[in-house]
Amino acid sequence: MTTGQPAILAEGLVKRFGDITALGGVSFEVPVGKVLGLLGPNGAGKTTAVRILTTLLRPDAGSAHVLGVDVTVDPHTVRGSIGLAGQYAAVDENLTASENLKMVGRLTHMPATDIGPRGRELLQQFALGDAADRVVRTFSGGMRRRLDLAASLMHRPPVLLLDEPTTGLDPQGRSELWDVIEDLTAEGVTVLLTTQYLEEADQLADYIVVVDHGLVIAEGTVSALKAQLGATVIEVALRSVDEATVAATKLESVGPVAIDGKVVHVTLLDGDGGAAMLETVRALDGAQLQPATLVLREPTLDDVFLELTGHVAEQAVENGTDVPVPGGRRRRRRRS
Amino acid sequence: MTSVSTPPRATSSLAQVNRPRIFGDAMTIAWRNLVNVRRNPQLLAFATIQPVIFILNFRYVFGGAISTRSLGGTSYVNYLMPGIFVQTVVFGALTTAVGLAGDLNLGIIERFKSLPIARSAVLTGRTTADLARNLFVMILMCLIGFAVDWRIQSDVWGLLAAVLLILAFSYALSWIFAFVGLSVKDAETAQAASFPILAPLVFASSAFIPVQTMPGWLQPWVKHQPVSVVCNAARDLTLGLPAGSDVLKASAWIVGIVAVFAPLAVRKYRKVT
Repeated sequence: MTTGQPAILAEGLVKRFGDITALGGVSFEVPVGKVLGLLGPNGAGKTTAVRILTTLLRPDAGSAHVLGVDVTVDPHTVRGSIGLAGQYAAVDENLTASENLKMVGRLTHMPATDIGPRGRELLQQFALGDAADRVVRTFSGGMRRRLDLAASLMHRPPVLLLDEPTTGLDPQGRSELWDVIEDLTAEGVTVLLTTQYLEEADQLADYIVVVDHGLVIAEGTVSALKAQLGATVIEVALRSVDEATVAATKLESVGPVAIDGKVVHVTLLDGDGGAAMLETVRALDGAQLQPATLVLREPTLDDVFLELTGHVAEQAVENGTDVPVPGGRRRRRRRS
Repeated sequence: MTSVSTPPRATSSLAQVNRPRIFGDAMTIAWRNLVNVRRNPQLLAFATIQPVIFILNFRYVFGGAISTRSLGGTSYVNYLMPGIFVQTVVFGALTTAVGLAGDLNLGIIERFKSLPIARSAVLTGRTTADLARNLFVMILMCLIGFAVDWRIQSDVWGLLAAVLLILAFSYALSWIFAFVGLSVKDAETAQAASFPILAPLVFASSAFIPVQTMPGWLQPWVKHQPVSVVCNAARDLTLGLPAGSDVLKASAWIVGIVAVFAPLAVRKYRKVT
């Protein structure tokens, strides 16, 4: 019995393309039924890791196992137990939605009698029921992405790899896809998800591995990462710089303070934001100061990323301008 | 808890279910490619209208300039038709390259490679679909040929043998162009890369014009290159001439091309990312 064995295990993965090191020794594991978020900017090596796990690339060093099977030793068995949906929505434009699913069903050697019902079930589940017999060429980007995901699920793979599943989707398409992915994880499917959207990892993943320039730079549960790296902050905006200076001295009892113009940041060293807030209000009131705004801010994954990498996750820059790189080649990003 | 029981069950059953099915997988891919042809009217139009234009053009425009004396007494249309058949399948082979390069670019090859299918399936499926398309085009061209006074001088078996030989040649060519299609970046490049290979094969051949009318230095190449050899064999078979040696040479070319390019293409497919 293999209870306790992780569904996905990557150990020291190294992959170079010429003189570019896409992965410089990356390790992670995904327990059965869990969702791992592989988070990082473009060119961090996320896609390369997925391509190794899906047997599309061989690592130069290190090893990868899916359900205990080594991807380089027995790639065929691995292919039978994984589903892959990617950022390129690899569906056939000239087939209808149901024909696409039929093709994948046949190629995954599902019983012939199971293919039709399973296809219809997935199309319903992904809100493509009405478009079942439409040629995919006429689909919107979100519909294609949902079909791509449906295709990857045809043969009920126990392990699902999603490579930036929502890149390029509008907010509605993204939230629809999130719902679908959440449903899947509720069914016990193991998911490895790559994303450059911090809120996406926050929303979907049980555990996050942050990669940058081919290396793991942090990992942990979402809450652990936040606790470890981004402290809760109280932001007090005053009406003048003078007031801010006064407030800062009064608030030193709450925690370390920093002044940024008219704004005072108070970093909370222990977790009790409510008590600290109350103390802040009292201190301000005692000094007869009335803040313009007073905010208790939980750290976001953006803060985490900034703290870890020294540069902002590049999602804002990438949005809408992201160009798919053929073959998933790593693209160098300028550090900001 | 399902999360504990799922993987072992899945691993064992999937390992049994998912042995590669060399024939079945290829047929699924072929089906998919044929649906693509049907859904892409431009591709079908290219495959059918172009040879028809070639027939009419050579039969009625250029044909008058070629003396029947140089053809050994047969009419030009009887000389021409086997050549047009071969020319059509040669240019048709380009669609193998264009189609594969397109799939590669759209990420469909990626999906196929992540599925538990036979390594050869995508390529044999593609070449098989192209074979079916060629069969359709050949039947259409025979009908057009008959309408413009092409007459078989041998018998129906001679015609069938000629058609089979040309289809076998088209299949061999598909493997060359599968290799080309996997070696280039996109469909446009595939098209551009294919033409320089095709043009000297088709035009410096006995497809349209008797070899004797060409300059002496060119003749050795023209006589022995595969397009000429297949044209000659098909011509012998339809004109009722002794065909044995030409058919043998043509078969040698066909077997040779497949033997070299099928492994090359499959290897390229494995490596391509």
